[in-house]
Amino acid sequence: MTTFLWVIVVLISLSILGFVYRLVKGPSTPDRVIALDAIGVGLITLIGLISILFDTVFFLEVILLLAVLSFIGTVAFSKFTEKGEIIQRDRNS
Amino acid sequence: MSLIFAIFLPILAALVIPFLFKKISSIHTGWFVLIVPVVLVAFYATYISAIMDGSTYLDKFEWIPSLDISLVSYIDGLSLLFSLLITGIGALVVLYSIFYLDKEKEKLGNFYVYLLLFMSAMLGVVQSDHLISLYFFWELTSISSFLLIGYWYTKDRSRFGALKSMMITVFGGLMMLGGFLLLGIMGETFSIRELIEQAPTLAGHDLFVWALVLVLIGAFTKSAQFPFYIWLPDAMEAPTPVSAYLHSATMVKAGLYLVARFTPIFALSEVWVWLVTGVGLLTLFWGSVFAVKQTDLKAILAFSTVSQLGLIMSLLGIGSISYHVTGDLVTTFTFASFAAIFHLMNHATFKGSLFMIAGIIDHETGTRDIRKLGGLMSLMPISFTIAMIGSFSMAGIPLFNGFLSKEMFLDATLSLQHFNVHSLDSWWILFPLVAWIASVFTFVYSLYFVLHTFRGKYKPELLPKKAHEAPWGMLVSPAILAILVVVIFFVPNYFSSIFIKPAVAAIQPIAYQLPADIGFKIKAWHGFDSVALYMTLGIFLIGFILYKTIAKWAPIYERIPAKISLNRFYDGLMNLSDKGANRLSSSYMTGSIRSYLMYMFAALVILLALTMWIKDAFVMDLTNLAPIQFFEVLISSVLIISTITILITKSRLTAIIALGAVGYTVALFYIIFKAPDLALTQLVIETVSVALFLGAFYHLPKMDKYEKGKEDRRFRLNNFLIALGVGIMVTLIAIASHSQKLVSSISEYYKETVYSEAGGGNIVNVILVDYRGFDTLFEISVLTIASLGIIGMITVRLAKKKGDRKVENK
Repeated sequence: MTTFLWVIVVLISLSILGFVYRLVKGPSTPDRVIALDAIGVGLITLIGLISILFDTVFFLEVILLLAVLSFIGTVAFSKFTEKGEIIQRDRNS
Repeated sequence: MSLIFAIFLPILAALVIPFLFKKISSIHTGWFVLIVPVVLVAFYATYISAIMDGSTYLDKFEWIPSLDISLVSYIDGLSLLFSLLITGIGALVVLYSIFYLDKEKEKLGNFYVYLLLFMSAMLGVVQSDHLISLYFFWELTSISSFLLIGYWYTKDRSRFGALKSMMITVFGGLMMLGGFLLLGIMGETFSIRELIEQAPTLAGHDLFVWALVLVLIGAFTKSAQFPFYIWLPDAMEAPTPVSAYLHSATMVKAGLYLVARFTPIFALSEVWVWLVTGVGLLTLFWGSVFAVKQTDLKAILAFSTVSQLGLIMSLLGIGSISYHVTGDLVTTFTFASFAAIFHLMNHATFKGSLFMIAGIIDHETGTRDIRKLGGLMSLMPISFTIAMIGSFSMAGIPLFNGFLSKEMFLDATLSLQHFNVHSLDSWWILFPLVAWIASVFTFVYSLYFVLHTFRGKYKPELLPKKAHEAPWGMLVSPAILAILVVVIFFVPNYFSSIFIKPAVAAIQPIAYQLPADIGFKIKAWHGFDSVALYMTLGIFLIGFILYKTIAKWAPIYERIPAKISLNRFYDGLMNLSDKGANRLSSSYMTGSIRSYLMYMFAALVILLALTMWIKDAFVMDLTNLAPIQFFEVLISSVLIISTITILITKSRLTAIIALGAVGYTVALFYIIFKAPDLALTQLVIETVSVALFLGAFYHLPKMDKYEKGKEDRRFRLNNFLIALGVGIMVTLIAIASHSQKLVSSISEYYKETVYSEAGGGNIVNVILVDYRGFDTLFEISVLTIASLGIIGMITVRLAKKKGDRKVENK
């Protein structure tokens, strides 16, 4: 069972490496943003696996937080690429 | 306490002078000042008879007892002679200045405050037995002299002269302080008397020659010896009473006093003997030769002072040979010390009067240029008489005291033939020869000074004022000095027994226990077998011929290139230090943060690498390492790839995203190293800061938008090397410090007590708010300050740009 989990850890790590390649390569900003979002998901999975491996419940908060941040971050980036800024002051413009 | 009080009496008087000057304007302030030196002369005169019998007086005031620093006033023959000179000539100078300085036009309050300050300082120098307080008073003379030279501070030349003298004498003073400290280290005492008792043991010490040279530099700068004499001619911009007082009779003799006072300590070294004698003779020769060239009356007198100080200095040097010889020769060489002190006294009398005469001529004709003067003999008969007495004494003509001391000087230089320890067999003749040539020049400029001014043709058209005799008040002081010049010639042995012998006993404590032991008699006539007599006759003859033909050979001076002058050297040095320092600081203070960071990081790398290398600190201990796991390698490679992306990317947005990736990967590291709290915080902070970067990003120009062709991120070898160096150094230090953990961690205590003592389960949080909550408090403050600062920056910026606020927010 442990060996199986470790194999998955390695696979997920490899997939994160693949996302990082996309993050570096681009070529456009949305590619990178999606790569970052995917890295966030990969991290969540990885932390879940690590929690099982380490047999601890302390990292579950991190998973929650990461999910929230990953969402907020992606939305912020998307809005940034769409509108050029993240927080608008004047809603009418 | 009376002796200490006497030193400070002038300073105390100086406190009330400005008040008197402001409130009582009808009476010349000088009259009030005059009381001080007169009282002091009377006070010191009461010590004369006791000092003659060989007793000494000591008065002590504890200044900083914990550091063993005290004001010690020590009165013996030497310090009493100087004290009487200072107060006596001080009284005459104050009297002269009352008539010289106008009470309406001049700022008399300033003048007399400076003068009294100087008087106290000078008394302190000559009476101090403690090296530190001696240095204190020494610098006080430099400062008050600076103030007095720059008295007419609206004139450029005054300010230049004041600064020059300040630079040179303070340089010497600081060197002297170094010498004093070395002496204090060697002898473990700052008392001069105790150092004299230890003199034979000190002479073997490693630091002895260093102390000797440093103290001598101090003495040479103050006493205007070669090559430091250059400040004295420029100090002639001071009012004439100041020149007469400071730059002929008192301050410039402080160096001589120092040499005389330290002779019992340093004379055991031959370096001392030859330095003092050699520099003295060189100064004597140089000063007398260049005095003839001068056209300003006070400049002639300045160079003549330089030359005469050199004479006294060389005599003190010859006198210190007595420490190296035995038997009858001791007497032969102590005679030089005797001659030195005698000439020191004589010089103070005639040079003081000559300066006052120069001031009178300036005052009554409006010029000091000797080329414009002439034929004043019948217009100013009393001044002429006084000037003649002074100059003839300076030239060494009989009937005046200079003759006696000049013959003694020639005798003393001739006595060098008996000191043939250093294969001086035939070389000794150089010393009397140089002295003789210098005396010939002294004769020439003395005659030139008095005869060219008072005889010849009267040239009223060249003079700004119509010449006439000075008021009586101005003539009193030089007249008293001139009378002394003659009186000393006729009764030299009387003055010798009350002033000179006690002083010589202080310089030569080994040879003479009591002043009465000194058996020298001063005679005007030595008989036909005296070599000095024929040398004197030669001086008169050659000197007279040279004086008569002065117009023919004086142009030779014009041919001496200005380049070799020492003033040029001084100006060059000042210029160089000014410009050089400027160029140096502008070469590295470029204003570019990039280069400053390069200096800082390069220095960091070099210092750390050197420390590691010198201390042999690099240790690599692999015993205690955890095994490396595969996914750790994976995460690390993610980290490395993201970091490299930040460095090589061409777009800022990529860099920001890659930086976010780095932050998240670090959070992952926290998780696998089991730090959930850190991971939580790291994730949130990383997200916020990436958002902030993006917010800033919007306002930034595109990376190569404005710098086309000149790429911003181009590769720089220097930066690369420094960055590589920093990285390697930090890695090496981390490895080394991991490999040598010397003490065990404190964390066991936290683990054991986190629940029992603090009542918590989360050890990190308990440390943050309980064990070490103090740090947390101030980190909260840091965050508060940062947020307040951000609000401040934004609102101030908005307030400034209120007009185009709309445009900015588009």
